[in-house]
Amino acid sequence: MEGSKISRRNVLVGASALAAGAAFSTRVVSAAPPASAVTPALIEAAKKEGKVVWYTSVDLKLSEQIGKAFEAKYPGVACKVERTGAERILQRIGQEYTANVHAVDVVNSSDASHLVYWKDQGVLEPYVPEDVAKFYPAEHKDADGTYASFRVFLCIIAYNTSMVKKEEAPKSFADLLDAKWKGKIVKAHPGYSGTIMTATYQMSRDLGWEYFEKLAQQNILQVQSAADPPKKIALGERAVQADGVEYLIFQEKESGQPVEPVYATEGNPLIIGPNGLFKAAPNPNAARLFQSFCFSPDCQQLCIDIGGLRSVHPQIKEHTGRTPLSQIKTMKDDAAAVLKNGEQIKARYTKIFRV
Amino acid sequence: MTVALPASSARRGLGIDLSKPVLIAFAVILFLLIAMPLSWLVLYAFSSKTGAFTLDNFHRLLTDAAYLDPLLTTFALAILTALICCIVAAPMGWLVARTDMPLRRTVRLLVTASFVTPPFLGAIAWELLAAPNSGLLNQLYRELTGAEQGGHLFNIYSFTGLVFVISCYTFPYVFVLVANALDRTPGDLEDASAILGGKAWDTARRVTIPLALPSIVAGALVAFLQAMTLFGSPAILAMPAGFHTMTTKIWSLFQFPPQPELAAAASLPLLILTIVLLRAEHMVLGRRGYSVVGGKNSEPRIVRLGRWRWVMLTAAMLVLMCPVFLPYFALLNASFSKVASHLVSINNFTLHNLHFVFYELSATKLALRNTFILGTLAATAGTVLALVIAYVHTRQAVRGYRLLGFLATAPVAIPGIVLGVGLFFTYTRPPFVLYGTLWILLIAFVTLSMPAAYQQLQSAFKAVHPELEDASRILGATRLRALWQITAPLLRTSVIATWCFIFVGVIRELSAAIMLFTSETKVLSVLIYDLNESGDLAAIAVLGLLMLVLTFGIVALANSLKFGGARRLSAP
Repeated sequence: MEGSKISRRNVLVGASALAAGAAFSTRVVSAAPPASAVTPALIEAAKKEGKVVWYTSVDLKLSEQIGKAFEAKYPGVACKVERTGAERILQRIGQEYTANVHAVDVVNSSDASHLVYWKDQGVLEPYVPEDVAKFYPAEHKDADGTYASFRVFLCIIAYNTSMVKKEEAPKSFADLLDAKWKGKIVKAHPGYSGTIMTATYQMSRDLGWEYFEKLAQQNILQVQSAADPPKKIALGERAVQADGVEYLIFQEKESGQPVEPVYATEGNPLIIGPNGLFKAAPNPNAARLFQSFCFSPDCQQLCIDIGGLRSVHPQIKEHTGRTPLSQIKTMKDDAAAVLKNGEQIKARYTKIFRV
Repeated sequence: MTVALPASSARRGLGIDLSKPVLIAFAVILFLLIAMPLSWLVLYAFSSKTGAFTLDNFHRLLTDAAYLDPLLTTFALAILTALICCIVAAPMGWLVARTDMPLRRTVRLLVTASFVTPPFLGAIAWELLAAPNSGLLNQLYRELTGAEQGGHLFNIYSFTGLVFVISCYTFPYVFVLVANALDRTPGDLEDASAILGGKAWDTARRVTIPLALPSIVAGALVAFLQAMTLFGSPAILAMPAGFHTMTTKIWSLFQFPPQPELAAAASLPLLILTIVLLRAEHMVLGRRGYSVVGGKNSEPRIVRLGRWRWVMLTAAMLVLMCPVFLPYFALLNASFSKVASHLVSINNFTLHNLHFVFYELSATKLALRNTFILGTLAATAGTVLALVIAYVHTRQAVRGYRLLGFLATAPVAIPGIVLGVGLFFTYTRPPFVLYGTLWILLIAFVTLSMPAAYQQLQSAFKAVHPELEDASRILGATRLRALWQITAPLLRTSVIATWCFIFVGVIRELSAAIMLFTSETKVLSVLIYDLNESGDLAAIAVLGLLMLVLTFGIVALANSLKFGGARRLSAP
């Protein structure tokens, strides 16, 4: 009785019932709260707070563009983007919360297991934007309403077309183990990047750790962010990326850089980057407004068109000239397994690649 | 006499003179600044995950190759750097101090420029220059020789590359020590050798080199320490190449899941080795006295190089290409180029990078603001602290002044990253939860800058005779008033120089900041490091240049005030 009353008020009044709503939702409810629309009251309350802090691992340029699009739609609410690797975000939030520093409002991680972890810790606030409730498929939203898939993309091989002829380009992960690629590969790190963490799990499961042991013999250039390999091959620093985000390959290619994606025949790691908001968010209303914005068709279309990401919002059109996601063989994502094996994966990777 | 005076003045000051409580407060502050983080560090190093006493951390450190390899790499790196620095910097120091090589002042200025260039920025600039495929120098090499794709002259992502880049920004330490020593060494002994028929080479071998040797050895030790404790350059160049140094290893131990106990244990060897080497340096430099003993000092003897003058200048300029000209050029090029690895041309020129950094990147403004606030506060607090301690020490104003002097110099033995780890332990728990605030960074910066600031001001105090203060005190002024009215104006230029010195130090500090920042307290150096991890070279180039402009602005300001101040002081 008490619970349902508060929860209804939470929906109707939005802002004013925040504190009560947060306290109430800690453990009692196991189902998601009802969908929340963007109301004038919410916009007003967000404006009073003046800003929202978004910790994200989306590539810097795109994340700032998303922030700017939000600011353009809701003038008076600044979006402060804090971009770093997903694994760093996990570490940062851990350290900050231990020291009772509550700086983050909304988080986006390319390692979906982080959201599961934070939810288990009880620090995420259930909040379901209207678009998520209406349009998002069940497998792309948390049953308890604490997060949903903000972005979907692949972790792929790619090459520099002025350094590698099309017919000589690798077609599979196994191809990368050929001696001719020695010293020509760039690869990102699972200790920094959530994309690579997720991909390393899926690939070690499907291809075995032997693949990585052999790859380590190829004299790779070890960078940190999964956003870096596409930049390194566009620069011409290495001919091929063993892993890296697909969306930057699209961005580079479409802006005229000599790069080309490769969809490996073994299947391509599927990366899901959910958004969630924190109970202790310093700007709770702006956080809700931003979360709703992130899943809106406007923002999702922007992520596709200029960002090169994929979307699970059914109203979004895929970009012409890019291979549709449905035609690509993907590996199966499994956030729970990544959560369980994360530490081991990092330790094993460090042992094999020595950094 | 000197002992009796302070004792009596202390007794006289009782009750009306505030100096004693002030001094005690300063001692307590210093003690807390240094002792607390180090105690936590040691405690953690001997703790297991559950907090019980253990030696396991050290056992793992010495047996697990994942920790032993970085330790050995770090030693090799530091030794090679020290050697290279001596080989390059000692002759250069001699050239500017003792020869008639042209443009000696300019060479000194350019060495100062490499001195204030943040090493991590230099490392990133060298990525732009000497990455095996996209590096500008390697592209030029392939252009000139027609070498195949993949052929390269330099590979900066290697152990040699790392040694080279660290040497670029460490050799100024040796240069300054050697040049200063030679500036001060009188020419009498060399004259004597020449009069007795010694040839130029004999004089150099038997007189000049032995005289300069202590400063060279001291320089080598300083270079060793710098190379050993540097974080930025190895993080930028070693990890892509697939190896760790001790500092990057310590830092990686804080990644999720954090292993603070191991990090603490790994920090201790750096700390102990630094202390040992500094003792050694002290012993070596302590013997320097013999070189300047003697009657009247004559002007240093200038060696005429003849037609070698221009050859030597060319050599010096070639050396300076590495830390200054080439990296600055690479940063400038990347700032205005659409692709960082392409030279700016008409169809490649862009202002987008500037626009991105100043209008789109939301962290720029915050980082600039934090850097300015911290620079100003740290410089002010550090200068005041160093001033008081230097005063107390040179005037022997209270009992225990030696302890104060020791405490102020002690942080020189604490590598930035080790202090960062210690401060992290200290201020993430009650009663002092400062993590997430600018205060913790302020504490780090003040502590790290204390030894240099203290030494600078101490030598300034030594130059001012206590008679003037004594006169003021005899006329009834308290110690603080005498200090404020008499000594402070006389020391103005040194104080300003120290202030600027700390400010510049704060701008370039990375290794402690990387352990202590949060999203709200990001500083410029951390922002640049962050951007490097995601490969945003163009934004780094713009921010790096901004950082250099700020630094040189402050240095120029310090210089102009120094000269202006000196004129005004000597005018009446």
